Amino acid sequence: MAKDKVRRAERRLPLEWLGILPFAIFSVLFLILPTMRIVTGAFQSPDGGFTLQNLADLNTASIRSAYWTSIKLSLISAGLGCAIGFAMAAAVIFGGLPKGVRSPLLTFSGVASNFAGVPLAFAFIATLGPVGLITVWLKTEFGINLRAMGFNLLSFWGLVITYLFFQIPLMILIITPALDGLKREWREAAAVLGATTAQYWRMVALPILFPSLLGTFALLFANAFGAVATAFALTGPQLNIVPIKLFAQIRGDVLGNPNLGYALAFGMILITVVANTIYIVLRVRSERWLK
Amino acid sequence: MTRFFAWSALLFGSLYFLLPLVGMTEFSLKMRRGEYSFDAYRRVFEDPRFWETFSYSLTLAVATIVVGVFLVAPTAYWVRLKLPQARPFVEFVTLLPLVIPAIVLVFGYIRLYNTSSWLPMTGSAFGTDILLTMGYTTLALPYMYRSVDTGLRTIDVATLTEAAQSLGAGWITILGRIILPNVMVAVLSGAFLTLAIVMGEFTMAALLNRPAFGPFMQLLGANRAYEPPALAVIAFAITWGCMGLMQLVTRFSKHERAKA
Repeated sequence: MAKDKVRRAERRLPLEWLGILPFAIFSVLFLILPTMRIVTGAFQSPDGGFTLQNLADLNTASIRSAYWTSIKLSLISAGLGCAIGFAMAAAVIFGGLPKGVRSPLLTFSGVASNFAGVPLAFAFIATLGPVGLITVWLKTEFGINLRAMGFNLLSFWGLVITYLFFQIPLMILIITPALDGLKREWREAAAVLGATTAQYWRMVALPILFPSLLGTFALLFANAFGAVATAFALTGPQLNIVPIKLFAQIRGDVLGNPNLGYALAFGMILITVVANTIYIVLRVRSERWLK
Repeated sequence: MTRFFAWSALLFGSLYFLLPLVGMTEFSLKMRRGEYSFDAYRRVFEDPRFWETFSYSLTLAVATIVVGVFLVAPTAYWVRLKLPQARPFVEFVTLLPLVIPAIVLVFGYIRLYNTSSWLPMTGSAFGTDILLTMGYTTLALPYMYRSVDTGLRTIDVATLTEAAQSLGAGWITILGRIILPNVMVAVLSGAFLTLAIVMGEFTMAALLNRPAFGPFMQLLGANRAYEPPALAVIAFAITWGCMGLMQLVTRFSKHERAKA
């Protein structure tokens, strides 16, 4: 009888897995296979054999500088996004601001974090571009010429300022639950033991928040690293960052070697996978504190 | 002191977020020299390509939502009911689109499903539309799955299923008439987020060469001065509308539950 039971369990198991078959087929066709194609393509020579030449060919001045600019752009926009988003979220939660501020801020963050891409670029061109609202206002009211001072929206720092428009709200959305999870008892316990507010933040709150802070940083990094539309609409195809380069390569093989495109994309996957692995590992660790 | 810093942080942030919105609105009204007018909007609305690309993206968004719901709701339900051991795998897969940039995915699509491949989807316009819909479903997958799964957590899936089964319901009836209506709020909020994502999407549509709203906006941005900010205002209104509807259904459901 026991044997019979075992056999039935054996027969039933695959049938239950059939329930997620459509999902499995979808993810293999549209997520896993395409990614595998890129990864294998990066290690293939034009005639199909195995090679490391594509990855070695990435080592040119132009591609190196594209990766470096992309990484710098993502690091800086993620870092500033984290810092400013944290300040805003902390201000609303602990700063003694009216209760009515919180819900509009979260709603607006939901909207702004999704307002990326082409229209976001237009909004910033209309504001900080050569004839934008602020540029013209500063020039006519104060005689300050942003352009003469070296500021150009279609540059690295212009891109950072623009990316912050979706980075800061994303930070606010993710960090608010974490800040809510800081128990009042911890602050009181620290105070009873004679800690100042600064000591409480430095020795209690920040160590607890550290995983979610660093984790969100990784997510923001990947978010900026993979963004194409905003940069493309802002500066066109000439800015030398990896996603734009890949975009141009897919459209017209500008690198003159189709397999180099695979290597370029493989490098992107590698970098975002590292960033997100950090995120996921730290997320799991930080959630232990939020129960 | 704390309050002073809190106010300045909030004020600084609000200023940063408000100025581009004011900037684009103001610029979009400046088409006529010396006075504010809606000329830029009229030009946008008179452009037949605006309506073509807009309705194309809207159609694709609806298709994406339908595919997404049919894909995600049964899977999330099944994982909750019968296959809790598959949860880590399914959750990992639904997180992948956040890890792999859209541009890399679409590159893979182009190479995998080109005209000389085993599944030549990019060979015809209709095939490419299907491919693009699947791509959008992939992009929306993390949000759709999370939303529906959270919805399923609030109902007793096992009891509802058993009750329906003892009344003689089959799987399709259970899913369509018991489970789905119960998580309708979650499905709708996932759907509105999907709508917001698809309407503004640029990369996939541009690289697959389909006439979507995102590439149209980009094209106009490269060639005109006053229409782009008008488009930005329209796009912002769409995003705002989607998020507003999302909040509305959530609030509506809380109200319902409180009454019950």
